Amino acid sequence: MRTIRIQTETFDVSAEIAALTKGANNVGAVVTFTGHVRGGDNLTSLTLEHYPGMTEREIAHCIEEAEKRWPVLGATIIHRIGKLVPGDPIVLVAVASTHRKDAFSAAEFLMDYLKTRAPFWKEEARGAATNWVEGRASDEERAKRWE
Amino acid sequence: MTLLYFAWVRQKVGRSEETIDLPAHVGTVGELAAWLAQRGAGYGDAFADPKRLRAAVNQDHVGFDAAVANGDEVAFFPPVTGG
Repeated sequence: MRTIRIQTETFDVSAEIAALTKGANNVGAVVTFTGHVRGGDNLTSLTLEHYPGMTEREIAHCIEEAEKRWPVLGATIIHRIGKLVPGDPIVLVAVASTHRKDAFSAAEFLMDYLKTRAPFWKEEARGAATNWVEGRASDEERAKRWE
Repeated sequence: MTLLYFAWVRQKVGRSEETIDLPAHVGTVGELAAWLAQRGAGYGDAFADPKRLRAAVNQDHVGFDAAVANGDEVAFFPPVTGG
């Protein structure tokens, strides 16, 4: 089962795990990763935009790639857009598999690929001043480890 | 051809979307970026340094050597920063 959602509202991790595993009796492990807006450096908010259509396609490609590498029984990826403040959850990756090792690996892979392939952009606000977050070489390096 | 701009590319160009007729001499994403750079101040600013830009054709990531044709949806944007 694949669930991909782009939304402004927050998400309920427990409800997503329940939906991901509903009716499955072969799931032995669910790994979830939740990314939050990191505060500090006077950050007041983040505003996220994305490329509707391509975002969902790219995330689906990421899940397909994970399914080729590990026995993924289900995956849920939820990414928020719009204005978020420090502490807010921003992204959820949940992977169900038969065993924990595969679930951990697939979740890490999905997060690394999502960061370098899914077309989202973050604009930071510090009071009235705004700036676009720059892509990080370290994220590129992390994604390349899987090639 | 539909052109889409995101993040600071959108802000510099001053619009998020437009429809153009592809000039006959433009055959690749890189040639399209060079042509757009000459369309005015905002475009010149947005497309001044192609190394800072990424592109997608019909919603697939591509390099600047990728072919483009009328009817394509081409997007220009900075490196992605989701997650």
